Formats: sequence, C-alpha cells, structure tokens
Amino acid sequence: MVGTFDLWGLTKTVLFYALVVFIVVVSVFPFYYAILTSFKTGTDLFRVTYWPTSFSWENYLSVLSQGSFPRNLWNSIFVASVTVILALFIAITAAFALSRVRFRGRGLLLMTILGISMFPQIAVLAGLFEVVRFLGIYNTPWALIFSYTIFTLPFTVWVLTTFMRDLPIEIEEAAIVDGATPWVIITRVFMPLMWPALVTTGLLAFIAAWNEFLFALTFTSSNLTRTVPVAIALLSGGSQYEIPWGIIMAASVIVTVPLVVLVLIFQRKIVSGLTAGGVKG
Amino acid sequence: MANIQLKNLRKSFGVVEVIKGVDLDIRSGEFMVFVGPSGCGKSTLLRLIAGLEDITSGELVFDGVLVNGLAPSKRGIAMVFQSYALYPHMTVYDNMAFGLTLEKGNKDDIRKRVERAADMLQIRQYLDRLPKQLSGGQRQRVAIGRAIVRDPKVFLFDEPLSNLDAALRVATRIEIAKLHESMHNVTMVYVTHDQVEAMTLADRICVLRDGIIEQVGTPMELYERPDSMFVAGFIGSPKMNFIGGSHAEPFGASTVGIRGEHLVIKPSDGVWSGQVIHTENLGADSYVYLEMGTEEPVVVRLDGKSEYRSGETVHISPMEDKIHRFDAAGRPIR
Amino acid sequence: MTTEAIAPPVVVPGRAIKSELMRQRARAARWFLVPMMIALAVVAGWPLLRSIWFSFTDASLTNLVGANFVGFNNYLRWTTLASGRTVFQGLLVDPAWWNAVWNTLRFAVTSVFFEALFGMAVALVLNAEFKGRGIVRAAILIPWAIPTVVSAKMWSWMLNDQFGILNDLGMRLGLLSQKVAWTASPETAMTAVLVVDIWKTTPFMALLILAGLQMIPKDIYEAAEIDGVHPVKQFFKITLPLVRPALMVAIIFRLLDAMRIFDLIYVLTPNSVATKTMSVLARENLFDFDKFAYGSAQATLLFLIIAGMTILYIWLGKVRFDGGDR
Repeated sequence: MVGTFDLWGLTKTVLFYALVVFIVVVSVFPFYYAILTSFKTGTDLFRVTYWPTSFSWENYLSVLSQGSFPRNLWNSIFVASVTVILALFIAITAAFALSRVRFRGRGLLLMTILGISMFPQIAVLAGLFEVVRFLGIYNTPWALIFSYTIFTLPFTVWVLTTFMRDLPIEIEEAAIVDGATPWVIITRVFMPLMWPALVTTGLLAFIAAWNEFLFALTFTSSNLTRTVPVAIALLSGGSQYEIPWGIIMAASVIVTVPLVVLVLIFQRKIVSGLTAGGVKG
Repeated sequence: MANIQLKNLRKSFGVVEVIKGVDLDIRSGEFMVFVGPSGCGKSTLLRLIAGLEDITSGELVFDGVLVNGLAPSKRGIAMVFQSYALYPHMTVYDNMAFGLTLEKGNKDDIRKRVERAADMLQIRQYLDRLPKQLSGGQRQRVAIGRAIVRDPKVFLFDEPLSNLDAALRVATRIEIAKLHESMHNVTMVYVTHDQVEAMTLADRICVLRDGIIEQVGTPMELYERPDSMFVAGFIGSPKMNFIGGSHAEPFGASTVGIRGEHLVIKPSDGVWSGQVIHTENLGADSYVYLEMGTEEPVVVRLDGKSEYRSGETVHISPMEDKIHRFDAAGRPIR
Repeated sequence: MTTEAIAPPVVVPGRAIKSELMRQRARAARWFLVPMMIALAVVAGWPLLRSIWFSFTDASLTNLVGANFVGFNNYLRWTTLASGRTVFQGLLVDPAWWNAVWNTLRFAVTSVFFEALFGMAVALVLNAEFKGRGIVRAAILIPWAIPTVVSAKMWSWMLNDQFGILNDLGMRLGLLSQKVAWTASPETAMTAVLVVDIWKTTPFMALLILAGLQMIPKDIYEAAEIDGVHPVKQFFKITLPLVRPALMVAIIFRLLDAMRIFDLIYVLTPNSVATKTMSVLARENLFDFDKFAYGSAQATLLFLIIAGMTILYIWLGKVRFDGGDR
C-alpha cells in the first residue's frame, strides 16, 4: 500500500475531525460568546462580532460594585457550602447503615430514597412554603439550605452507598477485631479511604445547589437574600431594549467560571460520580 | 492460654445450614488447622470463633466461659486475613498500633509493643511506610505483626498464604511455624484448603466436609489411619489410590486404598497388573501412572528416576501393612 | 486479653442469640439512619402530604391555616344551570392545564429523543481513540456545568431578534431570509427551548452512554473485524444491543427530569403560552395568581404522573436495590 493515496481513509479522517471540531465549537461557543459580550460596552454591545473587538472591565466593575450582586454571590456560596456539608454529614452515616448493615426494610428504604430523588420539586413547593413560614426562615438563606436537602440528600446517600459497598469487607472486619465501633470505622477507617468519593459527591451536590432556581425564587423575596441564579434571572429592565446584556453576561461569567474550573479539574471524578449515581447532579 | 470448646455449633444463612453441628476441643497452645474443599464451612467456622458471624445454635466456650455473644475485640483474639486487610491510609506503625490506641493505652507502652513485634518479624525498617509501598510478603508480615501486638490468647489465620506466590508461600509458612514455636502458649487456629500447609503446620488437623467434621487428629494419624475415604483422599500427595471392584474383592473390602509410595512394582506376579500410560520424573522421585480399569489411573511413587515406558505392562503389589480397606459407605474396615 | 474481666453473658444454651457485635451494629445503623429519615420526612414527606391536602381545600396564599376542605372541587365540579345545561369547571376541564400537559410531554419526548441521538453520537466519538480526546471531553462538560439560568440568559442573548448572533449567522449563511424573534414568537418559542435544553443536557446523556460503551469488551469488535462485519452493521448488531441497558437508564432518568422542567422555560420564554409546562403553570397559580389550592392540585397531578412513570420504570427495569445497580 506504500505510495498509494488512500482517498477513502483520508476522507474518513477529515470527516471525523470535522465532527470533533463541530462538537467542541457547539459546546463551547455560547460560553465564549458570553465572555465576548461581557467585555463590550455601549453601542459595541449591539454590533454582532465573532471575534473580540473591544476589551473593557466596565461591566464587571458595575456588577460587582453596584446593587446586591456581591451579596447574592456570597449567599450562593454560603447556601451551597452549608447544604453540601450537612448533606454529606447526614449521608455518610446513613450510607454506612445502608451498605454495611443487614436489616429488614433496607431495600424499601433505598427505593424510597431513589423515589424522592425523582420528586418533582413543584409537588412539595406548597407544603414546603408552609413549613418554611412556620419555621420562620422565609426569606433567609436557611430556607434554601433546608429545602435543598430534598435533592442533595437522596443523591449523596445513593452515591455514597454505592461507593461504600465497594470497600473491602475484610478491612472493616480487621477494624472490628481491633475493637473499632461503627463510628470509629466510619471516621477513622472509611472516611480516609472515601475522600475521593466525598469530593466528587460533594462537588456534584454543590453544583446542584449552586444552580437551583425554583426554591430560591420562591423562598426569598428581597434583593439581599437572593442567590445568584435568581438575581441573574431578575436582572432586567422594563422593556426589551433596556435589558442590560453586558452586565448580565458579566454576572453569568462570574458565576460560571468557578464551576467550569472546578469541573475541568475534577473531570474524571465527576464523570465517575455521575455514572455511579446515575442521577443528574 | 486459652482452650476453645465448640459444642454442637450450628450456623445458618437464611435457610441454608453451613455448619451442621460441630463438636471440637481446641487445646490451649495448640496449632489447629481447619482444612477441607471450598464450601466446606471452614472459613465460616473460623469467623464464628472470631465473633464476626452470629452463632445460630450451640455453644462456643473460651476457657470455660461462654462467649457466644461476646464482641470479637473482647474475646482476646487476633486475626490475619487472606487479603491482609491492612488499613491503606495508615503507616505500618499505625496499622499495628490501631487496636491499642482504640483501647486508649499508654503511648510508650504501645510503641514498645509495636517495636517488639516489628523486631520479631524484621519489619522495623518499614514502620513509617504505607502498605502500598510494601511487597506482598512484607504486607503479610505487617498483618501478622498487627495480630501479635494485640497480645492475643488466640491467633486466627484465614488462608493467609493464598495471595502469595509459591516461593514466598513456603518461606512464610516457615515463619508461621517459627512464630508458633516462639508463642507456645498462644492457641492458633488456621484455615486453609491446602493439605500441604495443614500437614506441615498443624499440631492437629480438623478435616471438614459439608459443614461436618470428618476427622480430627495429628497429621500422622490422619495420614496413617484415616477415618473415611474422604480424609484418605484429601490428605497426602499424590492422592491415595482407590482400587475397587474385582481388584478389591480378595481383600474383603469394597474399595482398597493404597498410597503411591506404598506400592511396589515387580517384573512379574504382583497382586495387580496394569499398563503404564504416563510417567513423571520429579528428580528426587517419580510417579508412574498405570491404567488398570479403575476410575482414575493408579499412581506409583518411586524413589529416583523411573525406567518404565508408556505402553509397558507392569505388576504391582501393595505393602501389606499399608493397605486401607473401606466398606461400601467409605468407612474403614479395621 | 481482657476476657477475664467480663462476666459470662447469660444465654440459654442452644438458642440463637444476637451477639454483642450484631446488636451494636444494628443499634448504630438505627442511629445513623435517624437523621436522614427525619430530614427526608420534614423536607419531602410532610410537604408532599400538605401539598396534596391543599389541593382538596380552598387555601389561598394568605390563608393557609384556615383552609376548608372542598373535596375534588379543584379537580372537577359541575353545576346544573336553570336551563338544564351542566357546566363543568376545574382542573380536568381547564384548557390551560391541558395545554401545559401537552407542552410538557412534547418538550420531554422531543428533547430526550434528540439528546439520546446526539448523546450517542458524542459518546461514539469519545469512545474512539484520537488525539485531543481529553479536550473534547472537557469541552462537552462545559454546557453541563453552566447553571441553567445562566445558559438560558446566554442563549436568549444569542437568540435575540435584533442583535442576536444566531440571526446574524443565519442571514449570512442564507438560511434565514429575515430576523426571527425566536423566544417571543409562539411558533418558534418551543424550538428555542428545545435547542437550549438539548445543548445543555446532551453531555450528561453522552457520559452515561459512554460509560455503557466502555463496558463492551474490545475483543468483540476484533472478532467482528476478523469476520468482516461492516462497521454500520457492527453498530446495530453489537454496540446498540449491548449499550441498551445503559441507554435505557439514561433515557428514563432524563425523561423524568424533563417532565418537571421549570427554570429554563421560566427564564427563556416567560409568559409564553406556547412553552408553558405543568411546573411553570402550577407555580404561577400558587404564587403569582393567588390560586394556591388550584396550583396545588396541578402540582399533585404532576406528582402522580411522575410517580406513575417511576413505578413503571422500577417495575419494568427490575432495578436491584439490595445488591447494587451499577
């Protein structure tokens, strides 16, 4: 075959890489375009360009200095972090019981947990609204931390249970012979072995809480208590021409960049976590 | 010092009975080996003694004290697992000290005990390493060290050599034998499926089959006076020849058992005759396989090199005092 | 070691008893599960029951406690007029509700269909070995990582009727004769929503399918290669049947997820009748129109639909819950 021009092979390769380029461009372009827009100001904003033409931090400065956006950012960080810590803390002990102890009704319990993760949030919205008001946490971050448990907890329990089930039984038995109680087994034997799983699960739960919109929209009512997704959704003027696109894009980039960086760093772990849980994070 | 009594011990998983009434007296300071084919319940029996499984019925007595319900850590036992079961995130030192730190012992005392055990096993230079930085043999030593540090009255081994390669297995076997000599008042219970390990290590062997004890005795008792065809076939290598049918009738038995090393090949008028189908020269000795109408070929073990060729017809005679006669149920006729 | 110090436990010989170890583990398991069960009861169980209860009352946003039981009135009620004509009212005869049901189903089925199709394509590409595979995998994770609200905003800017880059691109390439108000016009609003959702969720689908693809042993393909099986036939005869379990799980999960879509539609096409789904409609009634009980009834019906689908899935899929479903 040396010297022959393999036309079909070449065509195939070219087509394949064309498809690859297409996939990458489609995936990345909206984010790229948002970044592009966020650096435009004034009339530049309304001139369609495909490449960077102007570069100005003005939108970023105004979104971070005016209004409640910094506060919203802090709310998002606080709510998502506390939600994840609480969910992991409750889930890791529950996962131990569900994966390591034989008891009656375990299958039913796991099925219930999976069922709750399928819950449409709207179905509990009315009842949660009442509970939130009863607890006096309406329009505070705690309303969100409380209500986000409905999706972070089943997810973390489910994923940690699958991870924990795969830990070798003999290590646990060695610890039992050494006199370790279940609590000691979890904290001093399993936790150090599970930190990759904890990071993955925690990260996925964090992203879910960070992105949540329905509860955040419903259980907060003032600019100062909103989280970033709600703030961005409500950043608008009276008519279409008053929509501050530059500022919205700057805000969008600010909330997205940390997530994208985290996702790229923990790429492999996230992929394994997603497929282990089989649940959208 | 601990002697262990098992009284009509039973264990069921759901409707499946795995241990079907075991009575056994393990003497203080003895090295007892549980041996049997896979699925015979030997590991389950060990885990019952360890307390890792609940006893369904019967009594487990340590030094006269009923321990059926006692937690493993309170039984004065230590266990070495097949997969070593070291804590991967802890150094060798922490692995060995973990049990003692949980008991909130004195720090200096713990260090002394760990170092003494490490010296015994020559792993002192590895104390700061993680298990993944050690070879398989070194890991197994750490696992044994972790057990020694607990200063147990009973030492339990669950197939500790089966993850090691052949050469290392022999070396570690000798280590364990030496360990037993140096800790002569510690009772050791050892599970294996390998009859060579059983023969070389045990003071007494307990042969299990389908959750029932077939026979308990010293290695030589089992070798010389097996209580059943099962034990006779399980203990000893090469496997004992079972010669049945018309060949056995002159001996007044349904089956005659004779070990390869107790058969003599004669040029003519032996008790039986057969055709050589294969020979194996192992150097120090050799095996000659004969076809003579039995279920499996008959093996004759010869000292030195075999001169017999395939296809040759030879005559063999058993040594009169080494014959085992079995009835139709597989029980010995004595 | 310490056995001497312990008094012999009292047991009836020959009777099965729970050992100290098993009792300790059972006790620990109970305590370990209590926080989770309380949390789930307070945050899911109780609110669900209350929502269902509200759907049988005349509750309003300002008067939750004093709500009266009205039976099935929110779902269906009828009055016979003096003329003898019977007038039906309530959720089950509400055209707005059935429009939302239709929108939701249309959205869920279409989006999941295209996500599965494109997800399969992306997964097949990622399953091939080529230079830069890591970059592609990183790139497709970006849409997944972007918050839904943010992607809705990004796309609504790109889809903008006057200054949107997609209209510009379409005109330049000659695909569009005039600029289109994608999100505002009723004919195109659903398409816009579908495009964004497919863009955002295809990566998730692709990763799940990829995990399934990677479990297929390579030597099957080598054997097929030696037998001279055409690559297209390989795909339909080997890849598709073997990846089907993973694909089905992914499709069902996505379908259940798509049925409850809210944020994308709320942000991308606010107030558009053409895209209003069950969740959007229910929230509107609950909190914007002060028809709390009526909204609860809608939420309850949506819950029943999704619960029914879930039960069907578990029953058909025979998911194993005790052993592990990997």
